[in-house]
Order: sequence, then structure tokens, then C-alpha cells
Amino acid sequence: MNLGEGVRLVSFGILALIVLGGALGVVLAPSMVHAAFLLGLVFVGMSGLYLLLNADFVAAAQILIYVGAVNVLLLFAIMLVNRRIPDAAAGKRGLRNTIAGFVCLFVFGSLVNGVVRVPWPISTETPIANSTLRIGEQFFSYYLLPFEAVSILLLLALVGAIILARREFVPDRTESGDQPLVLPERPRAEMDETPKLPETTGRR
Amino acid sequence: MNQGIDLQRSFVELLTGAGLPQEVARAFWLPLPMVVILAVVTVAVLLAIWGERKWAADMQQRIGPNIVGMAGFLQGVVDAIKLIVKEDIIPRKADPWLFTIGPILVLIPAFFAYLVVPFGQNLIISDLTIGVFFLVALGSVAPIGALMAGYSSNNKYALLGGLRAAAQSISYEIPLALSVLSVVIMTGSLSTIAVVEAQNTYGMLSWNVFKPIVGQVGFVVFLISALAETERAPFDLPEAESELVQGHHTEYSGMKFALFYLAEYANLVLGSLMATILFLGGWGFFVPVETLAGWLGVDLLNPVFQLFAAFLGIVITVLKSTIFVFLAILARWTLPRVRIDQLLDLGWKFLLPIGLVNLLLTAAFRLAFPGIFGGV
Repeated sequence: MNLGEGVRLVSFGILALIVLGGALGVVLAPSMVHAAFLLGLVFVGMSGLYLLLNADFVAAAQILIYVGAVNVLLLFAIMLVNRRIPDAAAGKRGLRNTIAGFVCLFVFGSLVNGVVRVPWPISTETPIANSTLRIGEQFFSYYLLPFEAVSILLLLALVGAIILARREFVPDRTESGDQPLVLPERPRAEMDETPKLPETTGRR
Repeated sequence: MNQGIDLQRSFVELLTGAGLPQEVARAFWLPLPMVVILAVVTVAVLLAIWGERKWAADMQQRIGPNIVGMAGFLQGVVDAIKLIVKEDIIPRKADPWLFTIGPILVLIPAFFAYLVVPFGQNLIISDLTIGVFFLVALGSVAPIGALMAGYSSNNKYALLGGLRAAAQSISYEIPLALSVLSVVIMTGSLSTIAVVEAQNTYGMLSWNVFKPIVGQVGFVVFLISALAETERAPFDLPEAESELVQGHHTEYSGMKFALFYLAEYANLVLGSLMATILFLGGWGFFVPVETLAGWLGVDLLNPVFQLFAAFLGIVITVLKSTIFVFLAILARWTLPRVRIDQLLDLGWKFLLPIGLVNLLLTAAFRLAFPGIFGGV
């Protein structure tokens, strides 16, 4: 075994430990913020695994999208809504956890069974030097339709988010009179129309 | 273009000549670049801090540090020693683990990014095929550290500062990436070496900043977003000492605070180096190396000239990035801080559309005038 193979083996071990340990932590950590940070660690470990598979572009994209965008957004949401709600179902915790544990064990067992039984073919091809180029070519030829479909989906999500953020499009009252959405801030146009304080007492 | 100085090969050959097997010689080589990076970045940070203090003092008609070392040059070192020996305080109600990891997470990407910064043809730690993308991806990790530091301090100002830092970082990453992408379109490669080489075919004229229209627009968008990414004044809202005490640095002291400080200046130097590489032709002199060799009347492969060219490359890179460091310091000490809504307006409503249009224009220009914009 030469140096390169040794390094690869050791780094695979470390990365696998990071991913598995981090994933366990995400599920078992009592604090939601800790779980979210551990999720970031899992994403970094995954990107390391991609690097070991010679997929450098995919690894960097994993960091950029999952760690830099998804995880930050998750943390943002958690921190902005950082309320400690008393757990109503605290009494049923034990039963729930037991059932969840059994289900997880079952899924784990079937996955291990599948992994062990299938004879995985190991490719002996030399990895391509510039995977970015190949990915780009594939995107604009063979996978053009899925690529465009995903783009349109993202555009729709973007427009939807903007509409939700612009308050004037969201109805404040339904016809039955109850308030479905209580918004903490009002759009500026409505603020100007608020009735002025009656001038009764004269000058102070 | 693989002529020139290859330090790794020479080093390995030297050790194998001394009777070591090649694998062992390679293993000895591995830690060297890392040590060099640490040393170079630390020295660069010290220089940037010294420059900041001296220039700031000049702008405010003071003298600035002038006692320790020559013209106060060693003031940064003394400050670092002071911060190292200072007591490390963790607030009682803070989350000790996250409180410790936060500053480390801010620092590591900043140092990591120097892996792909070239100072010359072969003076780079690793010429990744995805170099530029790697830089952008690493830049996106830093907000996690800020969020972690802000949350774990268990302090409302720290939390607000952390959230602001993350929001600002995310908003300005997009225009930054768009302006970088336009450079990538003009180059046709993500490797930092290729980006610089593409700009040095005709000397100064082929630098990206002199490409008609798209070069200048991309350059301005890049400069503004890079300045916002470093979170320094006029974009220092996460700190905003008059409203948020010190933002997510509030509860930190001693070495942990020094890590934040180090990361800030490492990011400043990194941003300047990125601007140099992407828009100002990296290590390239005003004329191509071939012309320079012709002027001096020496062969391009002459070892002495090679050494001279490598030296010139480093000096030029450092000089060009010093200009940007100076610009950032000038902006910090002369411009007032923007408000948070102005900041977000600038990012989302001005820089983002301009960046998108610039990207489209670059693609169109490349198809229309392949000679100028690096088409095939």
C-alpha cells in the first residue's frame, strides 16, 4: 500500500465517522440549534466523501448550497423563532422514542441487508480530469429538460417568496371576519392612511 | 506552459538524491506549503493591521503607533502577544462548545482559501480545476461561524449581530458570485492559474478590468460586494458599535477575540488578492513576460531570468493587492456607515440586477466578439 492509498483509507474512515456521528447527533441532540450545527458538519463530511470520489465540482457545490445556503437558512429560522414552548407530549416521550427506535432499527437492518447482498460493481475506469466541463456539457445536452424544469421551479419559488414578502398581496381579513394572518408590520402605504389623532386638547 | 520553477519537484528530487525513498520525500513536502501559508497569511495580516493604523492615523492627522519596532511596525505583534496571554473568559450562561468553535469556524475558511491563490506560474499551493468556485464556496461557510458565535454568547446584542452578519454575508454573496462568473465566462476555466494566464496574453491590455463595459461593471460590483463580505465599515453593521456594542464579538476576549480579528484581516487581504487575480491580471507585469525578456535581451528559459520573473510576479501581486487594501481602509475611515435597509437595498435591488445583466452581456459579447472576450 503506497502513501496515496493510505491517506485515502484514513480520510475515508475519518469522514465516515464524521458523517455517521454527526447524523446520530442531529437526531439525538436535545437542543435544536445543536442539531442544526451538526447537520452542517454532516454536509461537510459528505462533501469530503465526494472529494474522495474525484468529484471536486460536486463537493464544492455541496458546500456552497447545503452548508452555505440550506444550513444557514435553517439556523436563521431556528434563531428567529427561538421560543421555548413547553412540550405538551412530554409524558408520551418514552413510548414515542421506543417506537421510533424500533422503526429506525428496522430500516437500518433492511438497508444493511441490501448493501451486503448486492454485488456492487467497482469501476476500474480512470476518473475524468475535468468533471466540471463534463457536467456542463451533460446539463446542456442530455439533461436539458430536467435542468430547465428545475430552473422554472426555482423561479416560481422565488416569485412566490417575493409575493409573500410584499404584504399588500396577502389579505388581512377573510369574509367571515376572522384574521387568518396577523402581520407584525404594515406596508407603508397603509401606515399613511391611519387616522390621525384627534386634536382636542390644543397645544401643550 | 509548464516551464519555470517547480518547487515540489526540486524538493522531492533533492531528498531522493539524499537517499530517501520518493514516497517519504513527498510526505516531507506535504506540511511545508501549509506552514508557508500560515506564515505568509500571518505576516500579511500584521502588515495590513499596521497599514490600517498608520493610514487611519494619517487620515485623522495623528501619528499612530510609533514606539514598538520601526515606525510602530511591531505594534501588531505586541497586541497579539497581549491577546494570547489574556485570560480566556467564557460567560457562565454561554454554550461553551459553540462559543469555542464559532471563532475557529470563522477563521478556517479564510485560511483555507489561500490554497488556490497564485503568486506566480507555479507559486500556488494547489491548482484546483475548480479554484474560483472553491473560493466562492468557502466564502459561504463563514456566516455559520458568525451565527454560532452570536447564538452561543447568550446575549441579545451578540445574537442580533450574528444574524445581521449572516444576512449581509448571504445577500452580498450573490452579486459577488455573479461578477466572478462573468470573469469565468471570459476565461473559460475555473482554475485561478488559467484566469491569470488568460489575462496576460497582451500584457496590461488584456486584464479583465480593461475589457470594454463588462470588465468595469463587473469590477465595481465585485469591489462593493467584496467590501461588504469583509464586514468592515461602511458595511460594518454586524458590529455597529454604537447600537450593538460589538455584534457577535461582544462576549469574546483573549485569543478567541484575536481569532476574529485575524479572520477579519485575512479576509480583507484575501478579497484584495481575489480582485487582483480576477480583474487586474494577477502576477502579470504591464507587458508580457516574453516582451520583457526581449527588452532585457535574455532567453525566456534563462534560469536567472526565470528567478527574476518569479520574484517580479510576487512583487507585482503584492503591490496590486496593497492598492485594494488601501482602498478598503480609505473607505472605512472616510465613509459613514450605511443603514441596514440601505445595505439590503443596495445588495438586492442594485447590485443583483446589475450583476445579472452584466453576466448576460458578457455571454453575448463573448459570442459576438470572441477575439476580445476570450471566445474560441
